[in-house]
Amino acid sequence: MKYVNEFRNGDIAAKLARVIASEVNTDRNYRLMEFCGGHTHAIFRFGIQDLMPDNVNFIHGPGCPVCVLPKGRIDSAIKLLQEHDVILCTYADLIRVPASKQMSLLKAKADGADIRMVYSTQDALNIARQNPERQVVFFAIGFETTTPPTTVAIQQAKQQGLSNFSVFCNHLLTPPAMRHILQQDGDQSANIDGILGPSHVSTIIGSQAYNFCATEYHIPIVIAGFEPLDVMQSTLMLIRQLNNDSVTVENEYTRVVTPKGNRKAQALMQEVFELRPTFEWRGLGMMPDSALQIRDAYAEWNTEKRFDVESIVSSDVKNCLCPAILRGLNKPTDCTLFGTVCTPENPMGACMVSSEGSCAAYWSYGRFRQPGLRASQLEKSV
Amino acid sequence: MCLAIPAIVTALNADSSIATVDLSGVQKEVSTVLVDDVEIGDYLLIHVGFALHKLSEEEAQSTLALFEELDAMNAEEPVLPS
Repeated sequence: MKYVNEFRNGDIAAKLARVIASEVNTDRNYRLMEFCGGHTHAIFRFGIQDLMPDNVNFIHGPGCPVCVLPKGRIDSAIKLLQEHDVILCTYADLIRVPASKQMSLLKAKADGADIRMVYSTQDALNIARQNPERQVVFFAIGFETTTPPTTVAIQQAKQQGLSNFSVFCNHLLTPPAMRHILQQDGDQSANIDGILGPSHVSTIIGSQAYNFCATEYHIPIVIAGFEPLDVMQSTLMLIRQLNNDSVTVENEYTRVVTPKGNRKAQALMQEVFELRPTFEWRGLGMMPDSALQIRDAYAEWNTEKRFDVESIVSSDVKNCLCPAILRGLNKPTDCTLFGTVCTPENPMGACMVSSEGSCAAYWSYGRFRQPGLRASQLEKSV
Repeated sequence: MCLAIPAIVTALNADSSIATVDLSGVQKEVSTVLVDDVEIGDYLLIHVGFALHKLSEEEAQSTLALFEELDAMNAEEPVLPS
């Protein structure tokens, strides 16, 4: 596939590994947070951590929308299905996420709830058109990448007078979560030296959106593509910044990321959404201005207004380290549930459910690593 | 969830709001309302049925050119990670 295969070349990866090994300063550690689950996945799938010198460690960030969605939101969706007999349309990512009382959307479906997995918001609109007698709810989730398609669907529903369609909005913003991670101190700090910045979120919001990392927190950031050579090249760029004491926003993923991003998509989002005063993130807690809600002009298509959805507070499974893992404080292998009671077939926490979650990445690609080796690296880096 | 893939435009509808793209042999219709001036032959970044951005061939080549420069550097210091 063009623009994919060229960025997965093993020979170039080996060369990049040699250059990185020759340029790292052996007197220090490099703790680099890859913000996105997509990067975590690439690092494990392509064995990038194993190509790095011992003192270069990847710290996994909270950039997995399924992982950070609090259980209560799934509970709310299940309640909508039970009380209002709606058709719930959702991306497949959410279907197995554990809700309270050992429920999930998949179990609710098995119990007879009408849940449809869709590929696109356009499929959800079609389901609404085909079922005019039923209420159709689209469970909208995702960061800035996934928000513009939801925006378009809400506008189309308004233009076409599709009154049986509404959106249960759970869209989140990346910069506030990054800010939250950088603000932590003491034993809550992930102690990161640099950030591998989001790939496709950045196609929408642009590389300028991360200037605060450098100016306010003095942490260098490199916007990185999701392919393995992109990740390695960006890692090299971060190492060079750190070696030169330089702190800037660099962009490795220039083939789709510009400084200003996709202005058309930004304008659409601005038209339909506004900042939600506060929203709960699993692991990160309540964060002001960190999520989006539908503006009053589009209230008719807002599920939360149409059905008067109340917020449900649910607690996570005891001993599940998901919250600390999402903040970069622990690795999945530190969790006593990992690989014992918590597996992708029977997940206890969202980091194991989502294919982008750190626990799923460790399970799928890294569970046979020597535990002693990883532990020694961790000790050295703290 | 933010994964997106590049695909080439093989056809456009009358008002260019829907493109047919080829994903390694699979033809798929995607919305182009988020991207301006789409033409047949362009590569688009596709995510949940929408084109998010056009791919810049020039920028892709300049990133690939960075990898070419590695040869020269490797010749200077052929150190393998332990």
